[in-house]
Amino acid sequence: MSIDVSIVSFAQAPNVRETHGTTNGVEMLVPTMKEALDRIGLSKKDIGFWCSGSSDYLAGRAFSFIAAVDAIGAFPPIHESHVEADAAWALYEAWVKIRTGEVDTALVYGFGKSSAGQLRRVLALQLDPYTVGPLWPDAVSIAGLQARLGLDAGLWTERDMAEVAARSRAANPAAQIYEQVTVDELLGRPYVADPLRKHDCAPITDGAAVVVLATADRAKDLCEQPARITSIQHRVESASLGARDLTASPSTVAAAKAANADGIALAELHAPFTHQEILLRQALGLGDEVVLNPSGGPLAGNPMFAAGLARIGEAATRLKPGERALAHATSGPALQQNLVCVLEAD
Amino acid sequence: MTQAPLSAPLDIGFDYTRSLGPTLSRFVTGLAQRRIFGARGSDGRVHVPPPEYDPVTSEPLTELIELAHTGTVTTWCWQPEPLAGQPLQHPFAWAFILLDGADTPMLHAVDAQDVHTGMRVRARWAEEGGNGIRDIECFAPDAPETEPRPADELTMITTPINLHYMHSASPEESLYLRGLAEGRLLGQRCPVCRKVYIPPRGACPTDGVPTEEDVELPDRGIVTTFCIVNVPFLGQRIKPPYVAAYILLDGADIAFLHLVLGCAAQDVRMGMRVEAVWKPRDEWGTTLQNIDHFRPTGEPDAPYDSYAGHL
Repeated sequence: MSIDVSIVSFAQAPNVRETHGTTNGVEMLVPTMKEALDRIGLSKKDIGFWCSGSSDYLAGRAFSFIAAVDAIGAFPPIHESHVEADAAWALYEAWVKIRTGEVDTALVYGFGKSSAGQLRRVLALQLDPYTVGPLWPDAVSIAGLQARLGLDAGLWTERDMAEVAARSRAANPAAQIYEQVTVDELLGRPYVADPLRKHDCAPITDGAAVVVLATADRAKDLCEQPARITSIQHRVESASLGARDLTASPSTVAAAKAANADGIALAELHAPFTHQEILLRQALGLGDEVVLNPSGGPLAGNPMFAAGLARIGEAATRLKPGERALAHATSGPALQQNLVCVLEAD
Repeated sequence: MTQAPLSAPLDIGFDYTRSLGPTLSRFVTGLAQRRIFGARGSDGRVHVPPPEYDPVTSEPLTELIELAHTGTVTTWCWQPEPLAGQPLQHPFAWAFILLDGADTPMLHAVDAQDVHTGMRVRARWAEEGGNGIRDIECFAPDAPETEPRPADELTMITTPINLHYMHSASPEESLYLRGLAEGRLLGQRCPVCRKVYIPPRGACPTDGVPTEEDVELPDRGIVTTFCIVNVPFLGQRIKPPYVAAYILLDGADIAFLHLVLGCAAQDVRMGMRVEAVWKPRDEWGTTLQNIDHFRPTGEPDAPYDSYAGHL
């Protein structure tokens, strides 16, 4: 018999341009873990499995996630794991762990201090280290190449992209980026990397996010409205940039198909660039009736290695009884790897 | 907190030497010879750079095909302020270039002010070869035609990585570091387990809460455990043999690593009483290096049971 897993709590550190904190995230994680646990009346010793997502390259130090484990208070020894990817993939590991029957609760956390280094340059280290990385193509430029492919193909326009930005920036007064702005005003602003303007790119954000999972049986006792994970799937595309179809996101299409992602009322998409949100909507077949990124999404605050996990938490928090929500996370250059998580209110 | 935490630039770098394997070795050797090779994939498409494994089937790709130095821009993005290490240090365009004879494009820089989709470009070669993809300096509409030249087979490549960060100390570490600048050793107590940590910590590793109550510690304590360094290494300050030891200050619950000098290495022992030897005051900064080393005090050794819990 398969074990259902539900999201029972979500908390996140304030999304800010720059914190005074260390790159090991402890200052952000200690209060955020406490908030997530307090909300459901659990303590650290009630958690069966811990899993984190973060990056040494972002932190500028080896094994940086080890220092973050201090935030847990890992004595007596705990059951712990880490992914060098967005913590949405840590959530996937925790989901598997609970389904094995080995544990019935898990706490997943992601954190990143993007402001410590030059984020767009650090992300060049995701690329093929032999034939592409030595050129140091930065993340914004690679997104720009993808955006223009879609512009030239007529899949979206700069106005379409600005509309995504205008909606995202006006979505959430608590977000890092919040402004009421017209599309024309945005289109009047200069390019930062033609064809991209500043509003087309997610801001640089320091932040952290925490999600607590439990078996569906335990979830009922822990919170009023758990969000049950009905399916979660992820797929990856070739590391060869030129060989990929950058305007169709076949990995998102495949993950969504495997996850039976239909009948969606609300979606939180992890699109760090405006054209990628349009691309993902097309790949996921999300129509105008779907409430999209009510949190503001990554374009209003993009804590690296936590933003994908935060999409799952944001979707779970906003889920209404009887509805289905979709949360998406991405990793790698130009949407190389994509995860789709479908949630239902219990 | 009255003062902002301390921070300082942190520059890290490493020259990765990478072995190439059969497919990439032929690609990189070709570039050194000013020739560009792609690989034919399972679906018949020619990819460049040649993937070692087919992007669709993941089968190893071994059929290499020589391509022209010319091609067409299929997409581009302007880089108005090039970043460190990028191919050109004046404004340029990143582009996908579909080389004549290839079916999928390659990423490189284009040196042109009027770059556009469909622009015809040619590879401009770097003077020096043997640096893999960097042997092509960039592509440009007006690059000169260049003939192949001989070059030896390459099986390794060096790819330097240099990264720059602003590294922040935690508020607790900053208190400790500022204390050191005044010649003081400042620890803090965990509010839950009551253990005294030096340096103090943003999270007690046992309880996961920040240490709080300040505890000033003396500059003397004991050696808990140690090793005798006999091996020379790059950047070594002291001639071996010498002793690196864990020093547990009196009143602290955690030891830190430092040097024990002032006696023969073979005379250092677990439980030995030691005291700090500070550098001259005008050399102090926000660093534990203000203490040059620890030396034996000559007091009786601490009994094993008194530090057994700290090993």
